[in-house]
Amino acid sequence: MPDTKSMIKDHVLDRPNSYIGRSVPRPNAKRLLAGRGTFTDDVKLPRLTHVAFLRSTYAHAEIVSIDVSEAKESEGVVAVVTGPEMAEVCSPWVGVLTHLEGLKSAPQHALAVKKASWQGEPVVAVVANTRAQAEDAIELIDIEWKELPVVADMETALDPETPLIHPELGDNLAWQRDLDAGDVDTAFANADHVIEETYISNRHTGVCLETRGIVADYNPGEDQLTIYHSTQAPHMMQSLFAKHLNIEEHKVRVICKDVGGSYGIKVHSYPDEYATVALAYMLKRPVKFIADRLESFTSDIHARDHRVKTKVAVSNEGEIQAFEIDDLTGIGPYSVYPRTSGIEANQVVNLTGGQYTNPNYRARAQVVLQNKSPMCQYRAVGHPILTLITEGMVDDAARKIGMDPLEIRRKNLVPDDAYPTTAPSGLPFENLSHHASLYKLVEMMDYDGLRKDQAEAREQGIYRGIGLATFIEVTNPGPAFYGVGGAPISAQDGATMRLDAKGNVIVEIGVTEQGQGAEAVVAQCAATALGVSMDKIKVIAGDTDITPYGGGTWGSRAAGIGGEAAVQAGKALRQNIVEVAGIMLQCDPSTLDIRENNVVDLADGNERMALAEVGRVCYYRPDTLPKDYQSELVVTRHYVPKQFPFAFTNGVQGCYLEVDTNTGFITFKKYVVVEDCGTVINPLLVDEQVRGGVIQGLGGALYEECLYSDEGQFLNGTMADYLVPMAAEMPDVEVGHVESPTLDSELGAKGAGEAGTGGAPAVVMNALNDALEPLGGKVTIQPFTPERILQAIGKI
Amino acid sequence: MKPAAFNYAKPSSVEEVLGLLSEYGDEATILAGGQSLIPTMNMRLSAPALVIDINGLDNLNGISDEGDRLRIGALTRHVEIENSELIASHAPLITLAMPSIAHPAIRNRGTFGGSVAMADPAAELPACLCALDGEIEITGQNGVRKVVAKDFFKELYETDAGDGEILTAIEIPKISAGYRSAFDELARRHGDYAMCGIAAHAKVDRDVLSDLRLAFFAVGGTPVIATQAMSAMEGKSVDDESIFAAQSALEDDLEPFDDLHCSATLRMHYAKELTKRMLTTLSARN
Ligand SMILES: Cc1cc2nc3c(=O)[nH]c(=O)nc-3n(C[C@H](O)[C@H](O)[C@H](O)COP(=O)(O)OP(=O)(O)OC[C@H]3O[C@@H](n4cnc5c(N)ncnc54)[C@H](O)[C@@H]3O)c2cc1C
Repeated sequence: MPDTKSMIKDHVLDRPNSYIGRSVPRPNAKRLLAGRGTFTDDVKLPRLTHVAFLRSTYAHAEIVSIDVSEAKESEGVVAVVTGPEMAEVCSPWVGVLTHLEGLKSAPQHALAVKKASWQGEPVVAVVANTRAQAEDAIELIDIEWKELPVVADMETALDPETPLIHPELGDNLAWQRDLDAGDVDTAFANADHVIEETYISNRHTGVCLETRGIVADYNPGEDQLTIYHSTQAPHMMQSLFAKHLNIEEHKVRVICKDVGGSYGIKVHSYPDEYATVALAYMLKRPVKFIADRLESFTSDIHARDHRVKTKVAVSNEGEIQAFEIDDLTGIGPYSVYPRTSGIEANQVVNLTGGQYTNPNYRARAQVVLQNKSPMCQYRAVGHPILTLITEGMVDDAARKIGMDPLEIRRKNLVPDDAYPTTAPSGLPFENLSHHASLYKLVEMMDYDGLRKDQAEAREQGIYRGIGLATFIEVTNPGPAFYGVGGAPISAQDGATMRLDAKGNVIVEIGVTEQGQGAEAVVAQCAATALGVSMDKIKVIAGDTDITPYGGGTWGSRAAGIGGEAAVQAGKALRQNIVEVAGIMLQCDPSTLDIRENNVVDLADGNERMALAEVGRVCYYRPDTLPKDYQSELVVTRHYVPKQFPFAFTNGVQGCYLEVDTNTGFITFKKYVVVEDCGTVINPLLVDEQVRGGVIQGLGGALYEECLYSDEGQFLNGTMADYLVPMAAEMPDVEVGHVESPTLDSELGAKGAGEAGTGGAPAVVMNALNDALEPLGGKVTIQPFTPERILQAIGKI
Repeated sequence: MKPAAFNYAKPSSVEEVLGLLSEYGDEATILAGGQSLIPTMNMRLSAPALVIDINGLDNLNGISDEGDRLRIGALTRHVEIENSELIASHAPLITLAMPSIAHPAIRNRGTFGGSVAMADPAAELPACLCALDGEIEITGQNGVRKVVAKDFFKELYETDAGDGEILTAIEIPKISAGYRSAFDELARRHGDYAMCGIAAHAKVDRDVLSDLRLAFFAVGGTPVIATQAMSAMEGKSVDDESIFAAQSALEDDLEPFDDLHCSATLRMHYAKELTKRMLTTLSARN
């Protein structure tokens, strides 16, 4: 790569009074803390109605008949709508993408038609004046069901005697991918040691503080649908709602106000949400759907149900010579639309072992259908699994030859000066820093000191373990992720910046705020590039009528892509402002700059004119400007990564924990993450992203599990039974940074939102197994519960 | 989810409550702190025709010293008990148990009487009352009666209190000289209902235990008083041998069950582990 930084004139990272790299408080934090946010349920419209859904109580059953007559008469009921009636308004969809070759799924409806395929699938919609009335009416609906055989266990989903969920598909295999790189067979044949294992990540889900919600309103007067939606991707949803209701896209406006967490849960399209929009269209009045906590558990996407058989070859000297994996994942009865349920397994195939020099790699992924809630992308898509198996295999190898886990990593990680390079799967890596990150982690956690402490504790019968997990992470995706496969998801994002008459700046962006601070980061970039203070900036996001067309927030793209668009818009607006200021001041614009809300002399920073004065003249007194000159105080700039399909990042996690071998309980004693997200725009926000991500990863590692009966019944769909991590048990997470900016953008920022989640299960498992090794124990099934830990060491 | 429609009454005397209870029978439900009742109503697991809010009955509030016993009004909030000097000096077992009951926000509203009436098999307070021989005061149309804890908790979520009755107070004998209490539980996360828990109380003379009470919770439908383990320990000094004997006796005392978060095997393992911890704690020199 050429050194683009030195080639860019007026580089944003060289700006005076820069906000980049500073822990600026989030401008929206005060509003949210004051309870003055507008979440979807806060939206109240005249003539508002509420919808509740009768959901299938069976995992797989045919709908013989539905009697809604009593429900229709129930107090406050406005409409009762079944699947066939809904299908007349809202067309079905199929969750496939062409670049996941061979991926298949069946047409899915907003309300089940003919049969229900998972417990929780919406079957009948009841619209009433209140949610309680709608729920009352649901109890009066009489459905005759004919139970069908249930495919619950993914292990037997492909067996010939297993019934087919969608007979028209021919089998229960939604997708299979095979990859063979290097010479795997020879490597295994010649290896000093081959270690096989099976790792299991159990199904869990993302629990958003704000559940999914949508308010849709249809105005027949202008054929306009207005949709308030708690979503990550407003333009994608606009496109999908328009398509399936057969309305022109510009007649659909999606507004996304405050979002109380999303984590990928809100980047998909859901049948109940299509149904809500279709109901508003049918009834010509606003309809609100707010998922309650119970239905969230069976209607939100689940994730990470994987069984992976692994095989690693290692020499006596600790050289890793081959990785082989066989991944089986169950995705529920449909591939989720439009991003599909193949991506998670695809990431596992693409990235397993990608941080190591070993070129011999074979992978198979089988994605099977089953009668459980649909699975799809959740924060750090695939990474918790692929990091778990990669780092599990590396520790397996180290243990076998008696090598320290740190040493085997130092030996096998791709050297920092080898980049750019390519993973065995063919994905290009621009610039990763595994060794620098590992070096920093070792310092921060005092690795040698911990080893000493561990040895001393063991002498007293106390079992402590150290875990290490290096990782790579996909961020800043270009069109390679979805667009090339045919999904209506913008890879590009834009920022529109406008200088107002009083010198204030409005920034409209395509990326969205989910509570993570995207607006703050964009404001920092815009303020820095333009030369104004943060208090002059107002950021507007989440409105398809207003903001530039964009992809929204997912794949750790908001800061890296939205931030760069804001940088370019800020620079362009500055150009336009100094141009008109040059005319007013009768000097060469190239001798001017903008700093701290004033036009100044570039050379010495002397103040020449306030931005408010520029605004006043341009808007109120343009008659004082030359007749042949038109000022332009609004600019739009877009950005999409072009050199690389993704801006890969990397990092390493380390933890030190103690296991109570009588109870199987663990206590964290130290938890350190070093991550490299390129340019750090706001250290505080990055650190909190990492911390929050770690906790979410630890949730999956230690507590969270969607439990199902053999009949496909979800057993723990309440917050009392589905255990999310709580503050009392969680470690303090220390965060360190290595900065290897991407040269794909001027800003150089890569994503940071998923780094914590991706590495957490692996580091905990490795630490646990380090602690349990002297007792002959090893855990491989996530979540690593006290019961599984005690079983591993033969205590129960 | 939203609860089904219900009627609501907020009486100001126990007599009024009793009147409503006799009028509505099992269609009426008493609302105390609401921490257990409201979730079940929201999930439509219960749909009472009438909710009788007893939060206006001020005389059911508070802790008083009654000579050789403490009297705790049924409506006394967990938080008040947690912070009470009277309880700490005269019923330290309750003070030890309090922080394990849910979270501060729930303890601000949840009531002692509600916990006891609810009789959740994993709740701490019923087991503590069994360990301490507490008495439950029940008021009905026929007046006031008292039931000792071990007879009060009958079956899973079933108590000796009938539909027409209200719990008005709990009485706990003050701890006698030479006695000690200990408490522990194992829960997946702090504040969760336990996978296994134990309330212990004994006369301690050096390291010899007598009049030992071991009351387990979360191992059966009701609190379980481990009589075999107790007699295995009676008059013994706490050492590896006696601990082992008590642990072995638990095989006869307990019939643990499987649930989502914990197998019966693990429960038994935990019961033994907790027994060891309790016996060691009780006998540890101050
Ligand atoms: C997240 C969470 C975690 C919890 N964890 C624990 C825990 O770890 N340990 C624990 O012990 N509890 C726990 N609880 C329950 C909590 O302690 C409740 O407060 C308690 O069980 C019930 O008390 P309440 O006053 O809220 O009763 P309510 O919810 O008002 O009533 C519960 C039941 O008791 C009946 N009732 C209440 N008062 C009387 C009375 N005076 N006479 C007759 N009947 C009456 C009601 O009719 C109802 O059936 C938890 C609750 C929550 C929400």
